[in-house]
Parts: sequence; structure tokens; C-alpha cells
Amino acid sequence: MKITLRVWRQKDAKSEGRFVTYEAPDISEDMSFLEMLDVVNERLLEKNEEPIAFDSDCREGICGTCGFVINGRAHGPRARTTVCQLHMRSFKDGDALTIEPWRADAFPIIKDLVCDRAAFDRIIAAGGFITAPIGSAPDGNAIPVPKTSSDLAMDAAACIGCGACVAACPNAAAMLFTSAKIAHLGELPQGQAERPDRVLRMVAQMDAEGFGTCTNHGECEAVCPKGIRMEFIARMNSDYLKATATAGRRPTGLDEGGAG
Amino acid sequence: MKLESNAPSGPIEKKWEKHRFDMKLVNPANKRKYTVIMVGSGLAGAGGASSMAELGYHVKSFCYQDSPRRAHSIAAQGGINAAKNYRNDGDSIQRLFYDTVKGGDFRSRESNVHRLAEISVEIIDQCVAQGVPFAREYGGLLDNRSFGGAQVSRTFYARGQTGQQLLLGAYQSLERQIGLGSVEMYPRHEMQELIVIDGRARGVVVRDMVTGEVETHIGDAVCLASGGYGNVFYLATYAKGCNTTAIWRAYKKGAAFANPCYTQIHPTCIPVTGEYQSKLTLMSESLRNDGRIWVPKAKGDNRPPHQIPDPERDYYLERMYPAFGNLVPRDVASRAAKRMCDEGRGVGPTGYGVYLDFQDAIQRLGRRKIEEKYGNLFEMYERITDENPYQTPMRIYPASHYTMGGLWVDYNLMSTIPGLFVLGEANFSDHGANRLGASALMQGLADGYFIIPYTIGDYLARHKPEAVPEDRAEVRAAVEAVNARTKRLLGIGGKRSATSFHRELGRIMWEHCGMARDAKGLQEALGMIPALREEFWKNLHVTGTGTELNQQLELAGRVADFLELGELMCLDALERDESCGCHFRLEHQTAEGEAKRNDEKFCNVAAWEYKGDGVKPELHVEPLTYEFVHLAERSYK
Repeated sequence: MKITLRVWRQKDAKSEGRFVTYEAPDISEDMSFLEMLDVVNERLLEKNEEPIAFDSDCREGICGTCGFVINGRAHGPRARTTVCQLHMRSFKDGDALTIEPWRADAFPIIKDLVCDRAAFDRIIAAGGFITAPIGSAPDGNAIPVPKTSSDLAMDAAACIGCGACVAACPNAAAMLFTSAKIAHLGELPQGQAERPDRVLRMVAQMDAEGFGTCTNHGECEAVCPKGIRMEFIARMNSDYLKATATAGRRPTGLDEGGAG
Repeated sequence: MKLESNAPSGPIEKKWEKHRFDMKLVNPANKRKYTVIMVGSGLAGAGGASSMAELGYHVKSFCYQDSPRRAHSIAAQGGINAAKNYRNDGDSIQRLFYDTVKGGDFRSRESNVHRLAEISVEIIDQCVAQGVPFAREYGGLLDNRSFGGAQVSRTFYARGQTGQQLLLGAYQSLERQIGLGSVEMYPRHEMQELIVIDGRARGVVVRDMVTGEVETHIGDAVCLASGGYGNVFYLATYAKGCNTTAIWRAYKKGAAFANPCYTQIHPTCIPVTGEYQSKLTLMSESLRNDGRIWVPKAKGDNRPPHQIPDPERDYYLERMYPAFGNLVPRDVASRAAKRMCDEGRGVGPTGYGVYLDFQDAIQRLGRRKIEEKYGNLFEMYERITDENPYQTPMRIYPASHYTMGGLWVDYNLMSTIPGLFVLGEANFSDHGANRLGASALMQGLADGYFIIPYTIGDYLARHKPEAVPEDRAEVRAAVEAVNARTKRLLGIGGKRSATSFHRELGRIMWEHCGMARDAKGLQEALGMIPALREEFWKNLHVTGTGTELNQQLELAGRVADFLELGELMCLDALERDESCGCHFRLEHQTAEGEAKRNDEKFCNVAAWEYKGDGVKPELHVEPLTYEFVHLAERSYK
């Protein structure tokens, strides 16, 4: 098949970017989208042109490294599918595709389709963990967890941190990502001790990074390759409200801010 | 070079306990004066960095990915073993120890494997405490499943995403330490050179992959947890970025490389479809619990699978290995699949595939149960192949998946360079010539959480913390070596891309140093690889500059190292004139086509010492003695 690509090219963070059009003939429908870009890049190299920079690593939909917007949709047209798992059979011969990076102030562009998502790491560092120093754990079966809780925690923990939710949100909010971690840890008995502090700290960090606020568009859930549900955002808001009302104190070092 | 295993004496179940008491400790107030460098952020790397930071050491951690959460441990699907005996089915530390030694075809170090089996129990406890959402029974207790190479159910799992959940647990611990300021994290940084001063590993030279800046980082010890080198085959189940550069640079600075030819070819991967293919995708081995593997009995039977009636199917694993059936170890299953396809009974468009069929399991357990257990794997399969495994059997074929070889380490995980520790898949120690399923996660976390925090203390306690001036000759030389290499790669001005060289190397390795090897093929490869390498350095084409994000340059550097490593692998495979585990020499097989060991000559570890470019490396041998396990022919019949 033959595809026409309009790709965002940007030399580095400081340069202006622009769309460049490339023709991609002789594409097999069994190729993944990234393999198609590999082929385009090999052809650019042959012409001594700079290949398109894009991030990818595991190429099996689990590491969360890859991701860009195809024709206005994060990770492309197929539901619950990262671009590395999206295959060209999802497109038609002659299709014209516009490809651009995640766009959000909190995800500055590094080059072409590559952006900096370190803000997500900082949100986790702020409180997305259970403090369990190595060596101090009781027997695994000493903490029974109802299967329903464990399943729900797993649903939330399936997040791969790709950033599609932010890219799809009209407000560039990171609430699906943040709430998934809060729900995962907050659903488990092990996570209760830090539950109020966790939500206050993570939400404060989320705000400090410049992410927007949820206004219930639901775009995040629609593009999430792992099917993370918006109900986690509701749980986060409820946790946040409870934590502010009952904690009696705010964890030190937090500025004002809110879950919206 | 002398290979001292430094394994403690005494009864095997007391060795680790005794060693922990004998090791020196660093005073809590002094720990912060020591800096430890950690390269890699997978289970071993993130686990090690966070546990050492918890103890109070200052840790600098590096990974090539944009976040430590993306290390390839994340892709492990099936599970993690632990000798908990929660099933009451006869498991014990002794049994896990025995299974692992046997599974490795008696080519691993007994003392290390026993320690691994002991620690397995603590790992599960630790992960539960961190909030890893392991699968549970309705009563709220932990669930288990069985896995290849074992007759007990000792595998803990989190749907088909066990590696992801364990890694996120380790990553969250690491992020906590980053937030507390105890770990300095450097993502998008790739190690390019090891700094050795006065015979001790003292630092690394890294390249900032965004700016291209070359930086030096000095510490009191260096840990490499940079993973395996299976991407030498080009097509592999590894992440695209996985590479050998960190351990290869260390090898060239004097760290012995042990058993490079031990590479695992995983039996259940999605077959190759075309020339453009960039990687192969694994389907968890856990699928073999419920899936039955078969090929048509008749050669060239091209009927669709559902039109082939049961009597005309050959469930060859069940036929050949009735005791273990579809759950034989990986090396055995892979070779059997290759044999079926070589006989002309393979399926799919290329003839390189066998069926993995869930019809019986769906009838027995119902589609819902199967969906609950393997739903995400079925979905992944469908995404890639456009076929629905609930209706038509999966097609699978073996692919490069794991490397048991790696840098040689002693019982303390220290390489032959003092102060250079090697963790996880990057070292060689625990899996012998074949790794059992659900053991990689176990080893990564054991090394990171529970071994390195002790053994590094013993090393550091013997050395005062001291600074190294940036203008030391060794530091300057290491930086210059990196700059010269980058300049050389950028300046060749040839015609071929790094990927095209990588693909060609992969074909040579797969053909001559893959699932089956013989002297003739290996010698051929030993001629082809240097020729390809020569062409690489004459005809490589890299665009862009060294002072920006340049993915072609990154790739070229990695391929350059694979082109050297591939040769060492073939040399090692040639010199090991026996079959064992995954190393199958056609000249050495039993009448049934199983691997035939030569314990008299090869019950040892082959560790190679670098002697200079173009010079044959020197082979050193660590004899393996089996005091507690009886050396026997491995049988799964």
C-alpha cells in the first residue's frame, strides 16, 4: 500500500517546528506503524536526509515509550492499542496521515516526535509509592487482599505512563495517570497508611508541573491503550476531599492547589 | 587472571547466612560518604539502587530510556518463582534449588543457586508489601500457577504483566529515594566507558543522549545491571534499545566475559512475517499450561488447523516427554519445534511455526476462565497477527529471548575488576546453560534487593571513600576514547545504515550460533563476522552530529559492539565442544536428539579475558563442583 505522511519535524527544543510531507510507497499491511516509520527512515538515510526521531523500545505495548498523535488521535485509530502495536492493516491504501508529538506544556518537545515526560516521574516521586523498606516485609500471605480489591488495583496499575491521556485532554491534564496510581495503591490494605498524604502530595506535584484540570471530556479514557477508567479520577477527587477535610494538617512543603 | 568464586565453605543451606555474618559492615554514619554508580534501571538496577539508597549510600543511577520505569524487565509476562510451598504440593527451597541446577543442565554454581532459592521467599514478601497486585484467590491469599521445568506450582503472577508490576514496584521505591535526594537519576544517559583507576572500577563515562554531552561520574564502586545481549540476533524479544555496550566496555577494560554462547531461544514467540520486521514478540510460557502444542503428522499438510482431525495431529511434546508434556524446559521445547519444522511439518506461510492450541482448555474451563488467565496475551496476539486465538490456534516459533552468559562474577557479584559489580541478566551466575521460566525476575530482584546491599558493604568497608580528580590520566583517556569513537562513527561517510549491518549480523548469528550449532558453521561465522565488521567501519552511514539527539549514532555505537561480541559468542560456542542446555552442538546428541554433556571436560565456566583488538581472547576456566546435587543426565520424560 501507499501512504502519504505529514510529519512534525523540529530540530530541538529551541527551534521552530513544521510539517514535512513524505510519500511512503510499498508498505505492507503486516507492518506495525513503527516498522513503517523504520522503512521511511531507511529510505531517508539513503537520500542522506535526517531520519524522523521517535521514541520506542519494547515494541510490544508495555513499556510506554512510544506514542504520537495520528490524524488528531493519540496512538492512532485503534482502541486500546499503542502505536507499536498498531498495524498498517488499520489503514487504507492512499491514506494521508498527519503525525505529531504529544502537545502539552508539561511535555516539552525534544526533537521531532520525541518529548520529555519526566514530569510523570516527578509525580510518582512525590508520593506514588508505598514506603516499605527492603527487608522489613511480613509474610506475603499475612496481608490478605480481597480478590475484588486486588483485581481493581491491577486494573489501575496497568497504566504504562505513555502520556496519551495528557495529549488527548483539551486541558492537558494528567489526572488519569495520577489517579490510576492513587487508586492502585489506595485500594490495597498495604497502601492505607500513606493514603491521605499520597493524594495531597501527588496532586500538588501534578499542579506544579503545569498540567491542567479535568473537565470531564473523557478523551483520556478513549485513547488510553490500557483501558484505564475515568472512575479513578472520581476516586482521586474523593480521596483528595477526604484528605483535606480529615488530615488536619497538610504535608509539609506543599503549595496551594487542588484536584479540581 | 584468577577466577576465585569466593563461595563460603560449610553446608549449603548455611553458606549465605554465614557469609552475611562474616562480611564487614559500613558504619551508618559513613555510608553517605560513599557514592555507588548504578547502570540500568530494571529489576536488578532499580532494586539495587533503591536498596542501597535506603541503607544510606549516595547512589547515581543511569538508564538509556526516558524514564527508569521503561526498562525491559517490564515486558516479562508469566511470573516469578518462589519456594513458598503455599500449594502444599511438595515445594521447598531445596526443590527450587535442585530444579534450577537441573534446568541449567548442571552448568551453574551451586552456592549461588541455593542462595537464590533461599531469597526467593523474601522477594514475594517484599513485593506484596510494596503493593504489587499479585493474583489472589477468593479468600484473599496469593494465587500460583505452574511453569516449565517444574512439577510444583510455585509461580506468582499479576495477570500476564508480572514483570511490569514488579518493575513498577522497584521503580516506585527508586522514585521515593529520588524524591528524598538519596538517588540522583540520569535518564536518557548511555554508558560509554568504564573508568578504572589503580585497578579498581571508579566511574563511568556517559553520553547525555539529548545534548550529546559526554560526562564523567566518579564513585567508590560501579554496578552494571544493564541486561542481556540477545539483540545480537537482531530479531529478538528484547526491547529495541537493549544492548551490550555497558558490559562490553567493561570486558574491554578487564572484566572476564563468562559463557557468552549460552543464549536462550524461547519456544513461544510469534513467527517472523517479513523482511521489515523489527522485533519478535513473546507469548508467555504460561500459555503452555493450557495450550497444547502440535503440528500435522503428515509433511506438507496445508489444511487449515480446524480441518485436521485429532488423529492426524502430532502433539509431539506430549508424545516425546510424557512426564512434563507441554511443560518441558524452554531449550527442550525450542529444539523440538525446530526439529518439527526441519522435518517439513511446520505450519503457517513460512513453514517456520507450530500450533499452540487452546480448544481443549476452552472446552474444559470455558472461554471466560481462559480470558481471565490470558486475556491480554490473546489480545496482543490478535493485534499483531490479525487472527483470533479463541477460534484458531496460535502459531508460534522460537526466538532469542535471554542470555545466561554475561560478565563473570564471584559469590559477591563482583567481576574480575575489583569494585565492578554485575547484577541481573548482565552477569552469568545462576542459570547455567538454560534458564527456567519465572526465574529471571527472581534473580534480578534477588541481586538488587537482597545481595548487592550486603556484598557492596563488605567491599566498601575495605576502601576509604576518596575523590578522584577529573584530570587524572585514566579519566581523561576514557573521555577521549568516547569522543574519538563518536567522531569515527560520524566520519565514515559510507552507504549502509547501522540497521542493515545489524540485520546481517543477526542472520549470521541465528544461522550459525542459534538453536543448533556445529564446528563447521561456527568456523564459517568466525570468518564472516570480522569481514562484516570491517565493512561496517568502512561503509557505515550515520547522519547528523554528536551534539544532539541522534538515534542513528546511538544505534551505530551499539551495533559496533554487537559486531565484536558476536565473534566472542561463536568462539565460545566452538570451544565448548559438548552440548548442554541451550548450547546444542549437533556433534553431541543422544540417540533421541537430546543435548549430550561432557562432564569430564566441560563441567566448568568458560571466562574470556580481552587481550586487545584482533587478538584471540584468553580462556580461563572456573571448574564447577557439585557437592550437593548429583550430576545426572537431564530427563523430562
